[in-house]
Amino acid sequence: MPIKKRNPKTWELRLYVAGQTPKSLFAFANLKRICEDHLTGRYRIEVIDLLESPHLAKGDQIFAIPTLVRKLPPPLKKIIGDLSNTERVLVGLDIRPAR
Amino acid sequence: MANQKRPVRSRASKLAKTPTGIRGLDELTGGGFPCGRTTLVVGSPGTGKTLMGIEFAVRGAVEQGEPGVIMAFEETGEELAANVRSLGFDLEKLVVEKRLFVDHVRVERHEIEETGEYDLEGLFIRLNHAVESVGAKRVVLDTIESLFAGLPNPGILRAELRRLFRWLKDKGLTSLITAEAGDRHLTREGLEEYVSDCVILLDHRLVEQVSTRRLRVLKYRGSSHGTNEYPFLITDTGISVLPVTSMAYAPRPASTERIATGIPRLDAMLSGRGYYRGSMILISGTAGTGKTSVAAKFIEASCARGERCVFLAFEEPPTQVIRDMGSIGIDLEKWIRKGNLKFTAPRPVLYGLELHLLSIQKEVEEFKPSVVVLDPITNFTTIGVDKDIRLMYMRLVSFLKNKGITGLFTALTPGGTNLEYTTVGISSLADTWIFLRDIELGGERNRGIYILKSRGMAHSNQIREFLLTDKGIDLLDVYLGPSGVLTGSARAAREEEEKTEIRRQEQEVRRMQASLERKRVEAEAQIARLRAELENGEAELREKLAYAKNGLRAQAEERQAMAASRQADGPAKARPGDGRRPSRGRE
Repeated sequence: MPIKKRNPKTWELRLYVAGQTPKSLFAFANLKRICEDHLTGRYRIEVIDLLESPHLAKGDQIFAIPTLVRKLPPPLKKIIGDLSNTERVLVGLDIRPAR
Repeated sequence: MANQKRPVRSRASKLAKTPTGIRGLDELTGGGFPCGRTTLVVGSPGTGKTLMGIEFAVRGAVEQGEPGVIMAFEETGEELAANVRSLGFDLEKLVVEKRLFVDHVRVERHEIEETGEYDLEGLFIRLNHAVESVGAKRVVLDTIESLFAGLPNPGILRAELRRLFRWLKDKGLTSLITAEAGDRHLTREGLEEYVSDCVILLDHRLVEQVSTRRLRVLKYRGSSHGTNEYPFLITDTGISVLPVTSMAYAPRPASTERIATGIPRLDAMLSGRGYYRGSMILISGTAGTGKTSVAAKFIEASCARGERCVFLAFEEPPTQVIRDMGSIGIDLEKWIRKGNLKFTAPRPVLYGLELHLLSIQKEVEEFKPSVVVLDPITNFTTIGVDKDIRLMYMRLVSFLKNKGITGLFTALTPGGTNLEYTTVGISSLADTWIFLRDIELGGERNRGIYILKSRGMAHSNQIREFLLTDKGIDLLDVYLGPSGVLTGSARAAREEEEKTEIRRQEQEVRRMQASLERKRVEAEAQIARLRAELENGEAELREKLAYAKNGLRAQAEERQAMAASRQADGPAKARPGDGRRPSRGRE
């Protein structure tokens, strides 16, 4: 479902992790890199550590870790995994339409 | 029944068990689910898996003081609450009271993109958070298999589920996990590989157009359990499993008390004292032979003793039974007013066998009767196959016997078949079997009653004629003659004949006695006459004799006088030469 509007104001992204595990650090690094490459200056990343605030898991229906949630622009999108496959992250975030 | 309250270490040596609170299920599993372990509940859609999970959690929270977590993957908390509200479970209240935590995990495939490695730590965290926030002892996961549909990588999922079940066990949580029944495996996703402590199968099928739910304990590691399929019900108070083996758990000494049947002659036939308390009495017979009347008499007698009775009328409405019994002088209404008798008239076709059994059980538990009458039990053949009906009776009989309740069943025997054939083979369950039958003779039908069997007592082997009059029931001796049993007017006629015959014989005797007397008198008169004759004759003869003697003497004297007068030389001798002896020697 490719979305054409390529330039909303700000991308609000939320990364759910559970502690400072190598996997979550890796995911965060991957996310940071992709955003810098494709959403320069138009993104905000919020990292939520569920070990510290487990009650937040319910709101975004988190069950897998790490999970990246695109809060804005709508619709809500979820990407699970360490975000190592850049291509799929771009498709998943609708930054690049799926081929 | 003490072991029903504290079943934890009943038969399973050291395995602790957590009561589910679900009626019948604890009995079946010898105390409940394995404590601190995971139980898998498998079934097709609509078999009651979710309900069992919710009931397990709710009853734990309400009855056992064990808070619980319900993690639902398919329905939201609101939906769950709405679904079970009709069963009297108030999830929202329990959630507010922090006795229950309901979390809905929504997994939408189209919202999820997968890139790289992940795990289900989020689920663990949510579950842990839920468990900690209410101090849960019980966890229900319904249906965790939904994750397979929502997540693209089953490899990761399997590893994570294994970890999850391990985690639940380590936490000491008694868990219930539901799973869809699969084609090739027990469950669709092979969850049974991970959960192996206790597996319960639920099934829902149609048998002769009646839906029947069944439950089976497939596996229970470290514990004995009932292995059969047990019917269960979803009623307005939740799930109810009906284990047929319930009798094994609460044996009760057989009563030696005897109770009157309400028909004195029938008591007399049952060695003079009636039925045993707590026994099962079967009254079978062809149509219109008075089965209900015998039952009603028993009820009347029981109520008069101050006992409580339940009359389950499957055929006629109560008002009709009351009217009909009134016509033979049995006032049932009086006992209803006094509260000794309760009538219920469940229509057989209204529910399946299981629901009937349950409704009977409920009735018994609420009203606490000492006598239960089912009239007639044969009507169940319209709603079940013989095998199931027989099973139902076995369960019913063991239920009643456990409670020490006397059960009286009437059974209609179809005419034309072997009369002593009971439709569903219930006769072996009956302790006392009374048979009522038509005796057709001389252009009329009459009722006969006899006792086919009565365990533990010397009962009569006689057939009695069974009379229904406006004053009640009477049993009469039948006439046994060379041509067989006579009843009704044939018996009356025969009795009359007998009376006449006796009268006739008595007259005959009297007549013979009179004639004998007369003969004796006659004979005596004759004797007297003969004697008189004899006496007369004797006198005459004596006279003649004397006369004759006198005559002879006179003649002799005359001859002497004459001889003396003629100077005769003596009396003449025999002539010489004639027959002399010496001449005889020469011949």
